[in-house]
Amino acid sequence: MSNHAQAVHPVPASRSDFDPAFVLALFIIGGSYVVLILAMIAADVAYTTPEQLLDVLSRREILYAIKLSLISCSITAILSTWAAVPLGYVLSRYQFRGKRLIDALVDIPIVLPPLVVGLSLLILFQTLPARGFERWFFPVTYEIPAVILAQFAVSCAFAVRTMRVTFDQITPRQEQIALTLGCSRSQAFWLVVLPQAKRGILTAGTIAWARALGEFGPILVFAGTTRMRTEVLSTTVFLELSVGQLESAVAVSLVMVVAAAIVLVLVRGIGMDSPR
Amino acid sequence: MIRVTDLSIRLGQFALKGLSFAVQENKYAVLMGKTGSGKTTLLEAICGFRRVETGDILLHGRPITDLSPADRGIGYVPQDLALFQTMTVREHLAFAQKIRRWDRSAIKARVHELAELLGLTQLLERRPPGLSGGESQRVALGRALSFRPRVLLLDEPLSALDDETRAEMYQLLRSVQLQTGVTVLHVTHNQTEARTLADQILYLKDGAIREEPVA
Repeated sequence: MSNHAQAVHPVPASRSDFDPAFVLALFIIGGSYVVLILAMIAADVAYTTPEQLLDVLSRREILYAIKLSLISCSITAILSTWAAVPLGYVLSRYQFRGKRLIDALVDIPIVLPPLVVGLSLLILFQTLPARGFERWFFPVTYEIPAVILAQFAVSCAFAVRTMRVTFDQITPRQEQIALTLGCSRSQAFWLVVLPQAKRGILTAGTIAWARALGEFGPILVFAGTTRMRTEVLSTTVFLELSVGQLESAVAVSLVMVVAAAIVLVLVRGIGMDSPR
Repeated sequence: MIRVTDLSIRLGQFALKGLSFAVQENKYAVLMGKTGSGKTTLLEAICGFRRVETGDILLHGRPITDLSPADRGIGYVPQDLALFQTMTVREHLAFAQKIRRWDRSAIKARVHELAELLGLTQLLERRPPGLSGGESQRVALGRALSFRPRVLLLDEPLSALDDETRAEMYQLLRSVQLQTGVTVLHVTHNQTEARTLADQILYLKDGAIREEPVA
């Protein structure tokens, strides 16, 4: 019996080492997606010329759109992280009635068609309280705050998901230990949990920023596409396309690709430097 | 001393009912029992993480059943150690004193004292990912002792260690207890550990605690 087992079980040495067919399959199947992204960017680059790019970059309305995009996306990223940290923490740590409902609600902006998010915002700002807000504080609909709110409505959902996973991965035991060492709940959160969530916070902010940069539908409906007022890069592409300026649309797309790449690389670089 | 009287805890389907026992001051008690018998639940109730249905917990005559974990003054080392991943060993050893707003020189002196006691002097600037199993144990122990608690609860602190390191930790735990005079309740299911360390052995079985003679 034991002889038989010995004859059957030994594994050939070559099999337990490097497996080229397996690695090749990984690279080919996984790599096809990377190739698709690179091919799209390459096609954009091939379609446009340096002159067209310079021409686009010298236009006042495009520069305004770039500036508004960068500012609004940054504000959205900060606001999204601001809201996502407490919400993600509550969903990760506390059990309460209605938690499942809130969990599902947070996913709605992710699942809904973007145009519906914009439409819902537009209708919300037709209601009496929202109109009162606009009268007493500042106008929102079809103004810059509408751009930010439209971006925030979707981006924040992604940030909340990221923060929840981040807090789920930090054992609550550490907070319990902090309590025995004399901390209050809030001290345990600020001193023990938050420093460990640093990389997650950075990731949540980056995802929110990137998502805001690509946001189009809700901005179109809720903020409009008024040049030199509520125009951001994604709506510029739409505006240029709608007047048949394909070259300009592609050039602006390239600007977006470069801006997104710079931010993603920068933030990931900072994230890797931090101890966690 | 630790005195628990008629303690009942419910945790979903699991329940401990009417537990009573006492650990005398400056003694090293070992609490044994099978996996799932409720040893950790009992420690967590003493620390203040689990709500108690009925009964009382007294530390040195002071009822603590309704106090928050922060006000109980108990040093606790959990099974997974739960070291703070972003902090250095020095920051672990100074954490509780900073919360208690000790002055800087007192914190420095205490960190130095603990590092000497636990052999951590060379490791003060390291963070948890750079520590071995035995080193992590000593940091967790130092953090729990840092604010001079009179009671120390250890939840299977040595289960992840190799035999040699474990033997070293036996000696260390014993000498720490003798030097600090802390009252210890140590949970384990390892017979050798119990025989080597215990002044008193408690056995948790079928929801009741009985005292066993120390061999």
